[in-house]
Amino acid sequence: MNDGILVLVVVTALAFDFTNGFHDTGNAMATSIATGALPPKIAVALSGVLNFIGAFLSLSVAATIASGLVNTHVVTLTVVFAGLVGGITWNLLTWFFGIPSSSSHALIGGVIGATMAAAGTDGVKWHGVVSKVIIPAGLSPVIAVLIAAVGTYLIYRLSHGIPDRTRSHGFRIGQIGSASLVSLAHGTNDAQKTMGVITLALIANGTVDAGSQAPFWVILTCAIAISLGTYLGGWRVIRTLGKGLVEIDSPQGMAAESSSAATILLSSHFGSSLSTTHVATGSILGTGLGRKGAEVRWSVAGRMATAWLLTLPAAGLVGAGCYGIVQGIGGTPGVVVVFALLVIGSALLYLRARKTPVSHHNVNDEWDAATAPANAKEPTAA
Amino acid sequence: MDSWIDLDALWKIVVIGLLAGAGLPALFAIGLRAVSLPGRDGGPPAAEAGGDRIIGTNPLGIAAGAVCFAVVLAGIGWGIYSVVAGA
Repeated sequence: MNDGILVLVVVTALAFDFTNGFHDTGNAMATSIATGALPPKIAVALSGVLNFIGAFLSLSVAATIASGLVNTHVVTLTVVFAGLVGGITWNLLTWFFGIPSSSSHALIGGVIGATMAAAGTDGVKWHGVVSKVIIPAGLSPVIAVLIAAVGTYLIYRLSHGIPDRTRSHGFRIGQIGSASLVSLAHGTNDAQKTMGVITLALIANGTVDAGSQAPFWVILTCAIAISLGTYLGGWRVIRTLGKGLVEIDSPQGMAAESSSAATILLSSHFGSSLSTTHVATGSILGTGLGRKGAEVRWSVAGRMATAWLLTLPAAGLVGAGCYGIVQGIGGTPGVVVVFALLVIGSALLYLRARKTPVSHHNVNDEWDAATAPANAKEPTAA
Repeated sequence: MDSWIDLDALWKIVVIGLLAGAGLPALFAIGLRAVSLPGRDGGPPAAEAGGDRIIGTNPLGIAAGAVCFAVVLAGIGWGIYSVVAGA
């Protein structure tokens, strides 16, 4: 059909997968980095490898992301492309401000927005959107908060009086183990979403038959893209999750990650696709609630919640806008122009981010509202 | 209502999630406590034993701790297996 556009769509999808990886490194590793259980570079390397392995573990939800939410017969390559651009744009913006927002919602919002621009509101299966995306998005952080708070409370009760050396050593091991599980779950859960989108594009292009499984090269490239992204490490988001929300100690870190791993793995087992970011954030918040005297920075939590509410509509608007531009210019040139805009925009944002860098060197610095990446948009005197 | 929320899956996620996500870490904490117990012969507890020693000297405690850790590992193994096998 149109192999030139297809190549650009696949490249864009892998770029989204890459942003998904580095945006979400913090979900698994933020608390281990914050408590010093793992050195930052080792943590992202471990998480990258486990994401890679996780991507191969299961394929059961690979296609559900799009088929249950939009009418597949109205989905064209242009729709998939515009939706991906919407998702990447939102991921990059929230990364810049250090906000752990949902990569899955960014992708879903972008695809829904582009579908609406292409086929009107009838192109979207609203019942599916509400029951598979919006309601799980509301419930999953609450469940994660509950599990993490109970876990934290029990751990502190039961470990009271254990000699300090045993306690800190033991819980660090526990934390590394539980963080590894979250990384594995993330690879399984999130890499599949991009595999599903690429498969959707291949079906839309007629390259593979409808209802096909993801071809092996799709699985492999998605696994590579997400693990490279994870290894790069979204230090801004890691900092917010590890230092900004709650001051975290090893036992809390282990409680948070156990809660995240259990919730993510169970939900994928029952076929609900949910945001690993929402779960991880809820778990970290929960450990702050489960431990007496722990400080929870509600202003940071509030800013995250606002970003979560905005994710679907904002990514949707960008997706719809990109679809409009592509259609306005028409065909392959339109796709090329939007692709060029995306590359230029990403490069500009990257250069802007270099001015207020957050890396493995300063990721654990004391949290202070003036140096928080979330405030980076306000120019500082220095 | 059922077409909007899968209540059956929801309560299973909450209950199994609590058992695995909060119960296993709690068991881990019990295991840590068990291995750090001081010996019955009045041997020093781990903290005072000095050096690199982080486990205690009570054989029963160490055995009980090992059982706890084994259950935790089995729980994790079951979790990964259920994802790989779950179609």
